[in-house]
Amino acid sequence: MSVSVGTGERNPSSTAEEWRRLFRDRPLIPLLGLLVVLVLVLQLARPGIVSPEWLGVTMRAAIPLAILAGCQTLAMLTGGIDLSVGAIASMAAFVMATLATDQGPIVAVAVGLAAAALAGAVNGVGVGIFKVHPLIMTLGMGLVILGLTSVYQLAMVQSPVDVPDAIEWLGSETTLTFLPNNLLVFIPVAALIIIGLRRSGYGRLLFAVGDNPIAARLSGARVWQVLVALYVISAVLAALAGFLVAGLVKTATIQLVEESLLPSVAAAVIGGTSIMGGRGGYAGTIVGALILTVLGTLLTVLDMPEAARQILFGIIIVAVAAAYTRVTGES
Amino acid sequence: MTAATDVVSSRRSMAETIGDWARRNRWTLGLVALLVGFLAFTKLIGPGYGAPEIQNLAIGALPIALAAVAQAIVVISGGIDLSVGSIMALTSVTSAVLMMDQSEEFAVVVVLGVLLMGIAIGAINGAIIVITRVPDIVVTLAMSFVWAGATLLVLDSPGGGAADWFKGLISGSIVSEWIPRALVVLVVVVGVVWIPLRRSILGLSVYATGSDRLAAFRSGVSVGRTKIIAYALTGLFCALGGLAVTASTGAGSPVPGAYTLQSVAAIVLGGVSLAGGRGGILGPILAVFILQLVRTDLTFLEVNPNFSTVIQGVILIGVVLLGSVLAMRRVRA
Repeated sequence: MSVSVGTGERNPSSTAEEWRRLFRDRPLIPLLGLLVVLVLVLQLARPGIVSPEWLGVTMRAAIPLAILAGCQTLAMLTGGIDLSVGAIASMAAFVMATLATDQGPIVAVAVGLAAAALAGAVNGVGVGIFKVHPLIMTLGMGLVILGLTSVYQLAMVQSPVDVPDAIEWLGSETTLTFLPNNLLVFIPVAALIIIGLRRSGYGRLLFAVGDNPIAARLSGARVWQVLVALYVISAVLAALAGFLVAGLVKTATIQLVEESLLPSVAAAVIGGTSIMGGRGGYAGTIVGALILTVLGTLLTVLDMPEAARQILFGIIIVAVAAAYTRVTGES
Repeated sequence: MTAATDVVSSRRSMAETIGDWARRNRWTLGLVALLVGFLAFTKLIGPGYGAPEIQNLAIGALPIALAAVAQAIVVISGGIDLSVGSIMALTSVTSAVLMMDQSEEFAVVVVLGVLLMGIAIGAINGAIIVITRVPDIVVTLAMSFVWAGATLLVLDSPGGGAADWFKGLISGSIVSEWIPRALVVLVVVVGVVWIPLRRSILGLSVYATGSDRLAAFRSGVSVGRTKIIAYALTGLFCALGGLAVTASTGAGSPVPGAYTLQSVAAIVLGGVSLAGGRGGILGPILAVFILQLVRTDLTFLEVNPNFSTVIQGVILIGVVLLGSVLAMRRVRA
């Protein structure tokens, strides 16, 4: 993409280079370090805040974000991005909540997931078959879905918006004070993504498509099928996140999850996934989502005005992304 | 005899030149035809559509058109700016706060100051991208938070004011009631900045950088500097857009409008390639007017306003889809 003017000094024996290599190969270590530092600062800023309850609340808030960031991680590995996850998650949650009373929770959840999968398939067909730029395709689909959901809202104005008890239990309650129940959804999802990316053929195809789509195609990968499957998976994950958020706030609106869209991209970027494709993983993304959540708490505790929070948020994303580009030497 | 053949050949070459010109600008010409078609259609379904409505159309389109020009410049240079909406909000509230309860003359200073501020903001975006080598989309996404935060620091709830001459600048019409002032402002502003740029070496560098960074670098273009300047120009047009928002509402609002999204939609419709290096300024501006007319028509047709979001999204996807299908067919042929 860009020109590397002067590749810089390469001295394999220097300790700086060893550090750099450690960070490049094990990005989790510095990320976990940053997370620990943030927690320590939080504890210093308000002594006694870090407790089992705090841990439960933090994880409960971070998990929907981590799932949405998982959508971005998968899409970014192929060199794409999914800006429709906010709209898809809100739509799935809203559809689920409006159908729950009349149709029962199981049908409601199934319809929500199916609607999300359909939206994801449209994204995938656009990106994979018609080669529309993912940014445009998902941005446009976001608009389409938001509009359709508001039309649906008008049509369903008679039916109550009610989140089923089971989903509220999953989304908002904690067990043993520090284990949020949404871990029941998150652990299988995270395990599937992490193991799937490392061990499955499909996971390797995602990396291959992101690294070099032409090489992937020439070696026999059906790139369009990989991409269609990717955006369907992303949409289904987004729907799960949407259900959890609806369970957490105990209601659903058509823009419920919209505000998590940009943080989800940020969490994936902080977690070490390259937006240019081919580099990254889900473990880093999870830590990224935790970092963002703790940072949010810290800024609230420090009584930062909203303005300062946003500015700091932006600066941290740029700083972490810049550190990655420096360490990995790619541009 | 020779003179006659010369005339014939020159005539043919003239026809060829026109043909070439039309072929090169066929996307823009198509947009012009589409705009005329939409205007005719609007007149058909709303017979009362006349000069005042055209003036409103121009006022409504002005900030979006300036945002589209801003986005077009940076995309042509091979980048993308997702902070357009935030920069417009920041410059708009700054101008509104500074102009409130001040003299009419002071407003001139404010306008110039805000334009410089826009250039500085854009240059900061560009410099971060060039220095850190982080992808444009990540940097501008993150910077959109920074500029939105700064907007809240300047003004945390809608307020401020604007000088009377400044508000008058874009309302009403000039010479004939069919020529809205806002349109004239748009043409003048874009003409003054873009036409000299397009013809300069800098403009060529912007296109060269966007179409192939490495080739541009090897041909002696200072790629980093060009990129920073392109972002600075984007900042300048965002500031113009922000000033247009202040002028049309008479106040500033710290909530960024949907300008980033609309600017991306407009440039894609306007024939600017997201890959960089291709496209112009006229196409995106025409696209903004078309999209605004679509919205007017939907109101006339009494379509549920929620559907207009759907239709906007469908148009955005549809146009890109069409473009890529055409491109694929060309490759196959």
